[in-house]
Amino acid sequence: MQAQDFTRRTLELVGWSLLVETYRAGATYYTTVSSADAGARFARGEAASREESERIALEKAEKWLGQTRRFPGSDAVKKPQ
Amino acid sequence: MVTGTTSASDVLVSTDWVAQHARDAGVRIVEVDVDTTAFGQGHVPGAVGWNWSTELCDTLVRDIIPKAKFEALMSRSGIGNDTTVVLYGDNNNWFAAWAFWQMKIYGHRDVRIMDGGRKKWLSDSRDLETATPSVAPATYHAPAPDMSIRAFLPEVQDALKKGTPLVDVRSPQEFTGEILAPPGLPETCQRGGHIPGAKSIPWGKACNEDGTFKSTAELQQLYGGAGVTPDKAVIAYCRIGERSSHTWFVLKHLLAYPDVKNYDGSWTEWGNLVGAPVEKP
Repeated sequence: MQAQDFTRRTLELVGWSLLVETYRAGATYYTTVSSADAGARFARGEAASREESERIALEKAEKWLGQTRRFPGSDAVKKPQ
Repeated sequence: MVTGTTSASDVLVSTDWVAQHARDAGVRIVEVDVDTTAFGQGHVPGAVGWNWSTELCDTLVRDIIPKAKFEALMSRSGIGNDTTVVLYGDNNNWFAAWAFWQMKIYGHRDVRIMDGGRKKWLSDSRDLETATPSVAPATYHAPAPDMSIRAFLPEVQDALKKGTPLVDVRSPQEFTGEILAPPGLPETCQRGGHIPGAKSIPWGKACNEDGTFKSTAELQQLYGGAGVTPDKAVIAYCRIGERSSHTWFVLKHLLAYPDVKNYDGSWTEWGNLVGAPVEKP
């Protein structure tokens, strides 16, 4: 078995810059979603098609991103919005 | 030895080299991922997998892997004291670097990193294997740990007074305190920001898009341009110590800076300390 059809793309999702990478091994596509700045993978998906694998991963990514608190101002840590 | 994209080095091997030598006697390939399920999706044929969250740490006390546990891990991975170990993993080798750093703490002589990590192996359309290889156990004896490459909290506090360069390798959003941890990563802190005076040089700036390390000249410019030069002691930190082990690897082994330490307590220690000074943005 070989890794095949590796693709990499960036996109914006709810204000975050993300890196989406997908490859196929055998009959399964595997997707990972990373935050572009931190470089940290935080969601993944796998399915029989690239589209479905990426859809699953991005759905999880959106959920995680929605739970990530952002503190835009220097006082925000003391007084969470 | 075939090297990667940097200048000649005895700590980097290319994916070509691994494809040719993965099953050589005296060579052991080891995958260490952030995503502990990735190994099971397919890995370099013959590679063994290590779980960073259970096998590369003390699971009771927050600490690196204890000596006896390290020796047992090496033994059951078929690694002897003279084995050439090649580490690779996802996220451009985050935890491969974490494993490399710990192997150097325990004095393993010949340990290297596969340039580009898992990403490059996949994008090169290389062979994958899903079976866990059967490995004949080896005998391994580690010396006492060398803590000269590890910084503890008192040393970091002292560095503030002395002006020792601190390199914060987290993302810009973590450095400024906009976020406390990257999305989806649970280990966090009570305060955002950075250690006063730290330079922000995110770990990823040391890598090309394909996951390989940038050239020596580019790396020298990256760190030297920020005032992080080999004539000074340097301490790198991140959130839990794995991204900073990546930067430690670059500074210590690709650029040959003589005095570089990884502060693995990192922001999950500093950002939770009562009364610790924090700088923002």
